Amino acid sequence: MSELLLVSIMIGAIQSGTPLLYATLSETIGERVGIINLGLEGIMLIGAVVGFVITVLTGNAALGVVAAALAGALFNMIFAFLVITRRANQLACGLALMFCGVGLSALIGAPFIGRQIEGLNAIKIPVFSDLPFFGRAFFQHDILVYLAIPTAVVIWWFLFKTRWGLSLRAVGENPTAAFAAGKNPYLLQYQVLFISGLLGGIAGAHLSLALAHNWAEWMTAGRGFFAVALVIFAKWHPLRAIAGALLFGGAISLQLQMQARGVPVSSFILDMLPYVLSLTVLVIWGRTSRSAVPGSLGRVFQGTE
Amino acid sequence: MDKTKGLMEILRHKRVAAVIRFGGLFGLALAVFAMVLLVFGQNPFRAYADIFRATLGSSHGFSEVLVKMIPLVLTALAVAIPSRIWLINVGGEGQLFIGALFATWGAVNFTHLPAWLMLPWICFLGFLGGGLWASISGFMRAKGWASETISTLLMNYVAILLVSFFVFGPWKDPESANYPQSAPFPDAAILPSLLDSRIHLGALIAIAGLLLFYFVMTRTRWGLEMRAMGINQEAARRNGVSTNRYILLLMFIGGGMAGLAGMGEVSAIHGQLRPSLSPGLGYMGFLISWITMGSPLGIVAAAFLISIITAGGDILQMTHRIPAAAIHILMALVLFVVLARSTGKKGGK
Repeated sequence: MSELLLVSIMIGAIQSGTPLLYATLSETIGERVGIINLGLEGIMLIGAVVGFVITVLTGNAALGVVAAALAGALFNMIFAFLVITRRANQLACGLALMFCGVGLSALIGAPFIGRQIEGLNAIKIPVFSDLPFFGRAFFQHDILVYLAIPTAVVIWWFLFKTRWGLSLRAVGENPTAAFAAGKNPYLLQYQVLFISGLLGGIAGAHLSLALAHNWAEWMTAGRGFFAVALVIFAKWHPLRAIAGALLFGGAISLQLQMQARGVPVSSFILDMLPYVLSLTVLVIWGRTSRSAVPGSLGRVFQGTE
Repeated sequence: MDKTKGLMEILRHKRVAAVIRFGGLFGLALAVFAMVLLVFGQNPFRAYADIFRATLGSSHGFSEVLVKMIPLVLTALAVAIPSRIWLINVGGEGQLFIGALFATWGAVNFTHLPAWLMLPWICFLGFLGGGLWASISGFMRAKGWASETISTLLMNYVAILLVSFFVFGPWKDPESANYPQSAPFPDAAILPSLLDSRIHLGALIAIAGLLLFYFVMTRTRWGLEMRAMGINQEAARRNGVSTNRYILLLMFIGGGMAGLAGMGEVSAIHGQLRPSLSPGLGYMGFLISWITMGSPLGIVAAAFLISIITAGGDILQMTHRIPAAAIHILMALVLFVVLARSTGKKGGK
């Protein structure tokens, strides 16, 4: 394998892995507080379209990212209201949120289809970016790539080293016990879903602003669902999510490189790779990581009348 | 005096009350969507009037609504059947595509079959294709490997890519210039139409499916066992009910229903396999089954409603130039209001 190909695959893995990492972190903290959100796909779409539109209108990609994060968070509040306050089924609400995101993003993005923008530019890290091989692979990316791993570390720190993190994990394991210990499960779940929405919005913004530089309907193409599988692979741990996101990013990147180089396999078959990989991950890790599942995941906290 | 009393009694009747409540919720969803349309510079009254005129305003429009209902009822059954034991099948879309794929294989490779043989043959293949596809997820669930919710979701994408692979590649009709589509179905493999409209034999299949579903669930031992399992799996297992067998069986039958929907679409509507086979029919079936909690009459009513909404999506795209996908918002809103209503259900997982 030539060095050039290897570098291309590495760059692709990091680039495609970045939105997956944000998405996986988003899902991880949600599930840590006991809420499984299949609407992540919709949140990412809202983030992608809002980030793109704001960047086009203002010419400022940073503003686009901030707007995308806020839009994702606000959008996730619909879901939060349904599953926390109205105690509705999480899986059905998640899918409804996905539909809503698909439709709303299509409506918002329609006038912007076909527009190409610069979006987030690569920032070269001085000195390091001149290194042979590593320079191009690791030190010539956009800001969201550089921030991805620190974000994972910060979330890990919050989850495992702070009182707030302890409370939210307690709610995820057993909300009744957490309630008895003086925590407010509803408030914690709202807070976490807000942050989860911020991360989902950023994940979407990276897709439209840094990877594609344009907007297309349903451009997430199932990445929100990969993230749900990746959470299981990562055993609900933010740092393991980094490895998972890189693995998936690598699969997407490898598939794109194979297509670009005209490997004589139908592109439709190559496109299946990440989905099949997700299923494989589910089967292999779904069994072994059962002990790591937050105790009350997916259950509805009935309150304590 | 007597009149109002009679009216009150009707209103108090359980079914009628349910219909009124649902009507209110639907009205709420319509109102919110109207506001969304307003925000995006559309006139919601004109939009709704256009949708109404094109669907319920003429006998042709009405028959088209019924045509659209056929796959929706079948994909709703694909969700409702496994949901009897709390399996969440979100894979109707993929199962529909694989059913269509199998049926196409049968139709274009056995062109010499007479219609009386061909029609059962492609029905069988459609059912088998969808059923096998769903069984993969059922198997993974029964083995305790993966939740069927996420595996069926992921397999939708694989199924659609698989169909694309065949129609862009080995099955591409050489006579169709550049269009990615299979060879056309022979006449014998086109489901006959009913009542001098586009309503096809699939309608009878859908009705039969609904009746059979109702009968099995309420009048047989299997139905009783499934209900027991749905309430408490552990208790059912200790009473000698094989959970795994039911998981596999119900996923297979459910997938088969979606497969039949795919067979119907490819045979009666398209006449050849195309990647644009379904505008998310499987997901709409999920929604229908969910908001009606799998009641057969409810499925018919909700399928009628969703059918009008999707027809509305096409109309909005043509007359108001807004993307057809925007109608997903209205569907999501309907689901939101219905889900928001069912608060604090016991054992709600």
